[in-house]
Amino acid sequence: MWLFAARRFVSLLATLVAASVVIFLVMEVLPGDPAAYMLGLNAAPDTLAALRHQLGLDQPLLVRYFAWVAGFFTGDLGISYTYRVPVAQLVAARLWVSLPLALMALALAIAIGLPAGIVAAARRNRASDIAVMGLTQFGIAVPNFWFAMLLVLAFAIGLHWFSAGGFPGWHAGFLVALKALVLPAIALALPQASILARLMRAALVETLGEDFMRTARAKGLSAGQAVRRHAVRNALVPVLTVIGLQFSFLLAGAIIIENVFFLPGLGRLIFQAITQRDLIVVKSVVLLLVAAVIIVTFAVDLASAAVDPRLRRRVR
Amino acid sequence: MRVAAGEMWRRMRPRGLVAVAAAVVAGLATAAVVTGLATAAVAAPDSVTIGMQLEPPNLDPTAGAAAAIDEVVYANVFEGLTRIGPDGSVLPDLARSWDISADGLVYTFHLATGVRFHDGTPFGAADVKFSLDRARAPDSANAQKQLFTPIASVDVIDPATVRVTLSRAVGNFLFDMAWGDAVIVAPQSAAHDATDPIGTGPFKFADWVRGDHIDLVRNPDYWGTPAKLARATFKFIADPTAAFAAVMAGDVDAFPNFPAPETLSQFAADPRFRVVVGSTEGETIMAINNGRKPFDDIRVRRALSYAVDRQAVIKGAEFGYGTPIGSHFSPADPGYVDLTGVYPHDPAKAKALLAAAGYGDGLHTTLKLPPPSYARRSGEIIADQLKAVGVDAEIINVEWAQWLSDVFANRDYDLTIVSHTEPADIGIYARNDYYFNYHSDAFRKIMAALDATTDAARRLALLAAAQRRIADDAVNVFLFELPKLGVWNAKLHGLWANEPIQANDLTGVYWQD
Repeated sequence: MWLFAARRFVSLLATLVAASVVIFLVMEVLPGDPAAYMLGLNAAPDTLAALRHQLGLDQPLLVRYFAWVAGFFTGDLGISYTYRVPVAQLVAARLWVSLPLALMALALAIAIGLPAGIVAAARRNRASDIAVMGLTQFGIAVPNFWFAMLLVLAFAIGLHWFSAGGFPGWHAGFLVALKALVLPAIALALPQASILARLMRAALVETLGEDFMRTARAKGLSAGQAVRRHAVRNALVPVLTVIGLQFSFLLAGAIIIENVFFLPGLGRLIFQAITQRDLIVVKSVVLLLVAAVIIVTFAVDLASAAVDPRLRRRVR
Repeated sequence: MRVAAGEMWRRMRPRGLVAVAAAVVAGLATAAVVTGLATAAVAAPDSVTIGMQLEPPNLDPTAGAAAAIDEVVYANVFEGLTRIGPDGSVLPDLARSWDISADGLVYTFHLATGVRFHDGTPFGAADVKFSLDRARAPDSANAQKQLFTPIASVDVIDPATVRVTLSRAVGNFLFDMAWGDAVIVAPQSAAHDATDPIGTGPFKFADWVRGDHIDLVRNPDYWGTPAKLARATFKFIADPTAAFAAVMAGDVDAFPNFPAPETLSQFAADPRFRVVVGSTEGETIMAINNGRKPFDDIRVRRALSYAVDRQAVIKGAEFGYGTPIGSHFSPADPGYVDLTGVYPHDPAKAKALLAAAGYGDGLHTTLKLPPPSYARRSGEIIADQLKAVGVDAEIINVEWAQWLSDVFANRDYDLTIVSHTEPADIGIYARNDYYFNYHSDAFRKIMAALDATTDAARRLALLAAAQRRIADDAVNVFLFELPKLGVWNAKLHGLWANEPIQANDLTGVYWQD
């Protein structure tokens, strides 16, 4: 187990270094000058040069790369070109929205999706299975921004239970802030729950037909006991992998939902930074997201290996 | 670890999980309802929430061109020597009065007394000198540096009097000093204005949750008439549909530049809201690269003007809101001359002009469109209208940053559509290095005469001549004045209907049933 973890960790580090080089170079070749964006239509050439110097854009490539990478270790990611505040502070503030939102959505998706999938598999081809499959088909087919708009229409404009969007900040009170995330979390969770339910059902149906399930019944376990002790655990490996992917997606890919609810999350930060050529923010956030994906994958690998010992042996 | 995970799954029976899921959902719903009911009742009558589509990148109007900066701080947080009023006129601000020398070169400003910056430091003539010198310094990052280049020297006469000497007469100098880029800042706080703006205005900066909102609070020590509102919040909502929902749900009290014109009729029919259609200083034009073939030929440029049907563009791109223009000048300005009749929509004449210029078989060109909806929508319609006269304009959509470098800085374009939102900006046609590539000595002479004139009637005559000149030269295809579409709570009063300068002046805003 430890050797397995160590190997995975080394490959994690190598991936991160490679990603940082690629991200940095891509930002360099991107057309568009952040200084020109900030100064607009009436800017004089010497004003542009002055601002470029202020921002440190006139330094050599290598110097800027190492300054940037070093920043990750000291926590100093530089100053945002447009906002003029430390990038680390900007990203941290957005993480406090995106992370709770992703966790809430994922918790909802797991809490709804997994049981629904298990019930459907256990009662295959009966009414509850058909109902679950029909609902999940709907959940996947409905675009989540549209579902989000329906939620706003019903609960914000119609019933006035929630505000139509925005995020008051955690300092406004835990419940108030949490409430602002409820509708977005539901909108995000719907398709993910549907995916998990269908995946759980498919994986479980497959394992139910395995020889070891028959053996388990033969040695005297009831059908329910066999499902709980053997089938669910075996079916969980692919599901765990998908949950890992979903978490990475929810962290950064919630941009459409963030737009519908005008939430200040990471997705919108990166979108805004790209259009304003706030490249120092873009490259740091992208690298952080890459790191998040790699680390979550690492964690899922370990979790899968814990659930299924065969995975560990195979690598060795 | 392995055992623990197995244990967990063995204990969690499917039925138990369903129960947990149901409990989570139910819990969230009740929490939401309880807090929802609690907050719905609170609606303080002395605060206002203003919706804006774009968030300002920073809050220093002296170091950035973004209109969103002025839309938060102009007249609210920062004040200049002069300011622009709701009707576009120049009003005294920190300078209560002024004397202008006969040759128009020396301005002596008499300043308000007893004024303090938000951090408590007293305001005086030295701050005026600091602000103007900083804006015109070689290392200045002011986006409108050209406003300050005519200044030769700034002298402090006494703490309440400052003398500005110009190197050449500038007829519009008092107007120029009313721009947000010319506000007065203090030496000890200027460097931090981007994140912690310290001005002299009736509101103080309080808080900024980036990506969501900015809070201003009333300045209790304000030197002039105090603001009626105790608190103002600017909320940033980029998506038009979300903006609609936010106003409908009552999350924002006003959206002075409402981005979803297609929904305005819904608000107009609802007595809770007021829809106010006003004018801006945004001349929307199809800019032509006058330096590039075939557009260096005036016949081709005129043909483009004849080919475009402005009314159809306004109807299709702006849902009918917007005033057609025939030159680069705002219809709200007192100097406006209606030149929309110079090139009426006449495809036959356009074809004849193109044939005379040697393009009877048609011509191929490109039309670069920046992201705003006015540009993208107008572009589609205009490309279609040009096709009808044999001009095949290939549409290329670009991002703002790319537009600024390709079109604006490198002048690598044929045609583009953009709105010039700076007030009274016809002077850009006199700039040699401007992206239109328009070079006219006749026009430059008019602008030079205008700068040397302070007499109001004479200025109007010169402005009219300037408008005619660029219309005759068909420098660009002048489309329409961007409308200001505002929606706000019917009980909210004092917001500007028009936008002579990009601002949300909250100094006179109040609630009344």
